[in-house]
Amino acid sequence: MSSDTILHGHSDVVTSHDVHLDEHGAHHHKETFITKYIFSQDHKMISKQFLITGMIWAIIGGLMSVIFRLQLGYPDTTFPILEDIFGKWAPGGKISPDFYYALVTMHGTIMVFFVLTGGLSGTFANFLVPLQIGARDMAAPFLNMLSYWAFFTASIIMISSLFLTAGPASGGWTVYPPLSALGDATDGSKAGMDFWIVAMVFFVVSSLLGGLNYITTILNMRTKGMSMVRMPLTIWALLFTAILGVLSFPVLLSGLILLLFDRHAGTSFYLSDIFIASTQKALPNEGGSAILFQHLFWFLGHPEVYIIILPTMGLVSEVMAVNSRKPIFGYRAMVGSLFAICILSLLVWAHHMFVTGMNPFLGSVFTLLTLLIAVPSAIKVFNWLTTLWKGNLRFTPGMLFSIGFVSMFISGGLTGIFLGNSTLDIHLHDTYFNIAHFHLVMGVAAFFGMFAGVYHWFPKMYGRYMNNTMGYIHFWVTMIGAYLIFWPMHYEGLAGMPRRYMDYSNWVSFRQFEDLNRFISTVAIVVFAVQLMFVFNFFYSIFKGRRVTTQNPWGATTLEWTTPIRPGHGNWVSEIPEVHRWAYDYGKDGREFISQAEPVGSNESSGH
Amino acid sequence: MSNFFIIMILLLGFLITFQIAKASEYVSVLKGEKKAFEQQNRVNGFLMIAFLVAGLIGVYWCNELLKGKMLGEAASQHGQAMDKLLYVTLAITGIVFFLTQILLFWFAYRYQYSEKRKAYYFPHDNRLEVVWTAVPVITLSILVGFGLFYWYQITGEAPKEALQVEVTGKQFSWIFRYPGKDDVFGKKFYKNIDDGKNNSLGLIWDDPATHDDIVVNNEMYAVVNRPIKLIINSRDVIHDVGLAAFRMKMDAVPGTPTTMWFTPLYTTEEMKKKTNNPDFEYEISCDQMCGRGHYTMRGIIKVVTPVDFILWKAKQKSNYALVFPNTETMPSKDTTKTVAAVADKDALSKTSLKTN
Repeated sequence: MSSDTILHGHSDVVTSHDVHLDEHGAHHHKETFITKYIFSQDHKMISKQFLITGMIWAIIGGLMSVIFRLQLGYPDTTFPILEDIFGKWAPGGKISPDFYYALVTMHGTIMVFFVLTGGLSGTFANFLVPLQIGARDMAAPFLNMLSYWAFFTASIIMISSLFLTAGPASGGWTVYPPLSALGDATDGSKAGMDFWIVAMVFFVVSSLLGGLNYITTILNMRTKGMSMVRMPLTIWALLFTAILGVLSFPVLLSGLILLLFDRHAGTSFYLSDIFIASTQKALPNEGGSAILFQHLFWFLGHPEVYIIILPTMGLVSEVMAVNSRKPIFGYRAMVGSLFAICILSLLVWAHHMFVTGMNPFLGSVFTLLTLLIAVPSAIKVFNWLTTLWKGNLRFTPGMLFSIGFVSMFISGGLTGIFLGNSTLDIHLHDTYFNIAHFHLVMGVAAFFGMFAGVYHWFPKMYGRYMNNTMGYIHFWVTMIGAYLIFWPMHYEGLAGMPRRYMDYSNWVSFRQFEDLNRFISTVAIVVFAVQLMFVFNFFYSIFKGRRVTTQNPWGATTLEWTTPIRPGHGNWVSEIPEVHRWAYDYGKDGREFISQAEPVGSNESSGH
Repeated sequence: MSNFFIIMILLLGFLITFQIAKASEYVSVLKGEKKAFEQQNRVNGFLMIAFLVAGLIGVYWCNELLKGKMLGEAASQHGQAMDKLLYVTLAITGIVFFLTQILLFWFAYRYQYSEKRKAYYFPHDNRLEVVWTAVPVITLSILVGFGLFYWYQITGEAPKEALQVEVTGKQFSWIFRYPGKDDVFGKKFYKNIDDGKNNSLGLIWDDPATHDDIVVNNEMYAVVNRPIKLIINSRDVIHDVGLAAFRMKMDAVPGTPTTMWFTPLYTTEEMKKKTNNPDFEYEISCDQMCGRGHYTMRGIIKVVTPVDFILWKAKQKSNYALVFPNTETMPSKDTTKTVAAVADKDALSKTSLKTN
């Protein structure tokens, strides 16, 4: 390990900081309310800022789904209260088509980018990377702060777009041109689309600043003895996530900038041969390709779903090992499969475009690569199952959500084998089968992973526990509800029922699902209410939760549990502990767990 | 008023839950944390197995309830191939689904915390890893092979005798064009489009091939058992020709024509009987978000017998004839001749189909 010492010799950082610290984080250098809670450079505070911003976004995004589910479940009913709240968007208590499409668009945008990318990676990469690799903070704390404030700016711009006269973007979260390029084609493509693009530019900036910081920190700032193969799986997952983001977000940005040019500078990157019925005018643009945008979008868009799911895979692996009191099974296979997923996810984007008229040969290549990605996913599932096998399982709320994650990931992952097969995709593309698939595998599963992380690391974040009983109710209602909502949707999709329809009553082929839609909507409302209970539990517990009294409440091996109960800026009071073993010595040699900081004993059996 | 009550009930329910949740914390302090933990763990362990059993029953019940509503018989040859592949995939993924879900919840129940048991230190096993790498690889290869075999059939060239129809999507309806008796689509240019002058496709009247082109809205006709090739365009934004009953789908992209072909197996009338639904129609649903009227963008394909098709086509006036009703050169003025020509043509292609 001498090479590690040389590579990671940051002992000067250690000494320069720890004089300022004591167990209660009361710093001797001046800290005002503003530097501590608002423009904070402490990775732990930035992580909480991301988490709470993400939660606010999740409530808004979830509420949007409740409103459009009301429309889908009760297409003939009017809800006067909607008119009271939304005015012209819901004349007579029935939401207008423009509003409906704005809602589905913003629901997708918010959930995918602002909650499950910003809220998820922002929270856990910031919180866990320095704590678990043994660093006092990120490599560049100031950039880290900027990353949050770019995210915040993006949020403010996106929120403002909701209040525009013509409404926010409404061309779907994928914002395909020409629809998104032409204000005359839909109201949502007027100012709302510009707001959307500008907000996303800030979002990409935030994501890049964050991502580069995570990568640098993980590669350069690991404590003595923390070789790459001793890192917890959370850190591996967050590393691959950051790499994916850095490689693919700029492509989205370039695609969006070309879109901005098409909208305002008269260019024809995506536009060709267009006649607008509402104005009875033919546009001058010729020679552009609308499909080009889809390639640029999905070059980010597909890695994006792995940017969402990889961190949760890491969180779940960690929470599951801790609460099984057993090492994660197949650590190296887990890292290898994360790596394989990371590479493959960059090579499958066009499977979203099988029916755009692409060359069939190209389609077949993407089918092959897409189905290949099922292999590392299967390895991970079997490894999680084997981790549970012969364990001694403690059902903390975090553990329950981890088990729920695996269940959702299996259910949603298997339907990916249908959709990834170009032949079946012809029938299933853009139907409710697709909706069910991605909501289970990257919506519900990712939320479950995030919940697992929040419940598990809440004691470290706030020095208190969340309420268990509410956690159990939260888990079981969400678990049952998610299946009740999304399982029957597969049947609707197999019947070819298209997504993004506001009303099916005029369609002979799809109106037989009226009762089912009502059922799904009802369950969705219940599940949403339970999420509000989680939010309440979260904020209540920050102030009134049961206090954590021991340094290592879960009996975990990783370094974050060697810090004080409420660590200050700099994390460790004295020196950063040195690491002597991998992160998963649970149940070894008859001992409950052995901390990573504990030297290897002379008569200890050999490691993993 | 009812809204107010609903909100009150929700709040009340929430308050009760909250009180119970808080009380349970005090109880656990009284009982001792260890005892309370063990009790909660047992409850959750039991719920794991209960969820598994209830879930499996639910899956069966849901299937009983909905299986009649899902696929229906595929009405094209491609569709039947796809259904076969769908069921093979369903069988394979079904096995994996039940196996893994049962193991997951069974392990959760079986290995729940017990004071007596020590967790088994089992960090890795290369044989196991090889097994569950190799098995998915083999299974997926089979699925890829199957899939690509059909994929090339479906996306391959349409047979020569296929009926050609041009489909154009616009916000929010469909326009169909038949090439007329010369079997050639006349030239068009989008800047010629003029809805007011009844030229919704921008046909170029200087090209004589446009003169016999038939343009109809929202409802098109196809012939049973004769391959049909759709040449798909869009006038404004991206649309998608979605044909659930035929299991086909293809985007309509402005500036980039796409194609799709299939062979309808049953007439609309036959399907009405098969599905026991007198309202049955082969619907064209727009499957790519195209604006506020997306969900109303409905078209219909009437699949009819060859004779009915000839009769229908004979009744149609060409777009040119509708725009210039008094022009001498109008081909469809001599109706009897046109009908005969069309009839001949269709009879010919029918025989050629049979010889195939």
